[in-house]
Amino acid sequence: MPEAVENVTLQLTVNGKPRSLSVEPRVLLVELLREILDLTGTHVGCDTTYCGACTVLMNGAAVKSCTMFAVQAEGAEVLTVEGLEKDGELHPIQKAFGDSYGLQCGYCTPGLMLSTLQLLSKNKKPTENAIRKAIAGNTCRCTGYQNILKAIQLAAQNMDGA
Amino acid sequence: MLSQLGDEAKVLAGGQSLIPLMKLRFANPSHLVDLNFISGTSYIKEENNALRFGALTRHAEIEASPIAAKIPILHDCAAGIADVQVRNRGTIGGSLAEADPSGDWATVLITLPTEVRCLGRTGERSLPLSDFIKDAYTTTLANDELVREVVLKVPPKGSSGAYLAFKRSAPVYPTASAAVQLTMEGDICKDAAIALGCVGLTAIRAKEAEAALRGQLITDKTKSAAMEAARIAADPQTDMRGSADYKRTLVAALVKRAIDIAMRRAAGQQVEVSHIYA
Repeated sequence: MPEAVENVTLQLTVNGKPRSLSVEPRVLLVELLREILDLTGTHVGCDTTYCGACTVLMNGAAVKSCTMFAVQAEGAEVLTVEGLEKDGELHPIQKAFGDSYGLQCGYCTPGLMLSTLQLLSKNKKPTENAIRKAIAGNTCRCTGYQNILKAIQLAAQNMDGA
Repeated sequence: MLSQLGDEAKVLAGGQSLIPLMKLRFANPSHLVDLNFISGTSYIKEENNALRFGALTRHAEIEASPIAAKIPILHDCAAGIADVQVRNRGTIGGSLAEADPSGDWATVLITLPTEVRCLGRTGERSLPLSDFIKDAYTTTLANDELVREVVLKVPPKGSSGAYLAFKRSAPVYPTASAAVQLTMEGDICKDAAIALGCVGLTAIRAKEAEAALRGQLITDKTKSAAMEAARIAADPQTDMRGSADYKRTLVAALVKRAIDIAMRRAAGQQVEVSHIYA
């Protein structure tokens, strides 16, 4: 059995808020978010680096938070679904998912919205192909991909005009 | 540090293979040494007719790199590994050091003159990629040694390649893959390098398939000969991704398609390809 390991101090920014924490080094980023910071909008689907339900942005890049240790986010800016809305206003991506019926059970939605945000921050007018490629790492078990695609197209339109 | 921790310790690069393996308890290292906070380990440089990749260069950085795009086969690989999230974390050095039989980089890079520069306690050594990978999940790295850099020579003018991997969905390893690098002089193939991935314990150089093309005018007949040779060179296992027979047929078809694309690229055409999945 591995010996008990001392906690490590960790400083990072989550949804714009600086945090200073003491965590076990083995804690995964998704465990930190859900169980320590109580940000349960980030989901664990497969826990095997497949489904993308745990996708968050780290310094603007989409990552699977179940496949990183929390301590690897030292000094990073992490954005979860809870950080998308501003002053009680939904983010244009959140609105577009609602308006396009881009969700059914909603389990994959937070991860999909963060993958969408990475895409649209780099590519304001993505082609259908680019959208498909950008969300290839996010599985929707309800298989509602057609409306998800429409939601991302709508979000791109609304954000490009803004 | 690594020599003090002993051979049960492991280094952590992008973690996109190692962390899932640890969750499954296939890997149970006594210590993990995270390389991600060491500065100067992620770069893409072009010098003296060679490209140099820092070991921790992420797949996404290679995908976005105009330098790497000059060698199309590198872009084919970088842009198609798993999915966006995995490409944002996974590294070229980690992929080679992991030596997963289904990894993409080894298959692509053994078709080019690639050297792996390793750093250990006693200094540096550089060895050809084909000598670096010994077996499935096994390299010549000592337990206190790291991959520092991956260096490959820029292929000569008239040379181009293509990498095609077939997978059942984006995040999974491919069922089979083929890398083809051709050096053309007009319609004649002067030189060929062909590698097959996921159909053996390591990436396989299909020497007989290369011989079928070398010095030849590439026609349907020479392509069929290369396909047949690739089918024989493959040594796949039947598993949940498909039967051994299916994989032989698949890898031969990928070789043919990759030859076609490499020829078009060598003739100066822009052809966009990447991993194929439903």
